[in-house]
Amino acid sequence: MSAESRHEPNALEEFLATNQIDSGCARALELLDVYADQLVAGERPEERFPDLAVHLAACGPCAEDLEGLLAAIRGG
Amino acid sequence: MGPRGRATIAPVEARARTPAGAAATVPGLDPESAEWLRELSGGGREAAVGHLRERLLRVARAEVNRRSGRLPFGGAELDDVAEQAASDATLAVLAKLDRFRGDSRFTTWASKFAILEVSNKVGRHFWRRDGVHLDPDAWERLPDRFGLDPGRESEWRELVVALRAAVEEILSERQRRIFEALVLNAVPLDVLVVELDSNRNAIYKSLFDARRKLRAELVANGHMDPDPANR
Repeated sequence: MSAESRHEPNALEEFLATNQIDSGCARALELLDVYADQLVAGERPEERFPDLAVHLAACGPCAEDLEGLLAAIRGG
Repeated sequence: MGPRGRATIAPVEARARTPAGAAATVPGLDPESAEWLRELSGGGREAAVGHLRERLLRVARAEVNRRSGRLPFGGAELDDVAEQAASDATLAVLAKLDRFRGDSRFTTWASKFAILEVSNKVGRHFWRRDGVHLDPDAWERLPDRFGLDPGRESEWRELVVALRAAVEEILSERQRRIFEALVLNAVPLDVLVVELDSNRNAIYKSLFDARRKLRAELVANGHMDPDPANR
């Protein structure tokens, strides 16, 4: 397709797109505590773990677990 | 605060025993984490395990409550899930104590097990209660599921038709089953894990590979824009 014919991808096209650096669930869950502590400390774990950042943006269940862990940390 | 609920000044270096009883050294720990390790490995272990379970039960209860609005069950069932999650998380922490390296705070590391057990138990409870049912007409709801505007159907209809054909033709049987469950029928991933007696990583990987194959097929046939950033 030509550049002129390109359009903003819809949600289905975005879903089908994959990123090769995606860590997968196993590594994401292994490092979830480190990632969460860095987020709470105001650091930027997505720079240290870009593969996790990609995964957490694509995997709802792992993102849900991160949200829960962040809530647990902040709740003391 | 440590496992006994008091602030302490602990040595920077803690000695934790492995489950087999061998000693492991974890350098550079924050004082609270060091105290948890020392208590869970030493003479006051029984009380420390009790404090750990209490803490993980609080985490698990908060987590099931946080998720409760999206779950098809509640009340006593949720509390059962939290209790089971806390017990299994406590066992997991104790079994893996020798693997704690202090890359995060001990309480964060331990809480992770409670959160993961909640996900696991919720998926298992959901599966026992409702099972996995696939709707043969689920393809008709795909546009709505992805928020495709009916007023612009001429722009996406061809893509959806081509996608359906590609799912039938190029995916393996297992990939097709996973795609149909997760994408067409919105079965929660942790429920499908139980249904297929698998694990989250394996199912995610199958869907990841399926997405990549489908996109490549659709690009090759001119239904999607090629993009070097997405392969």
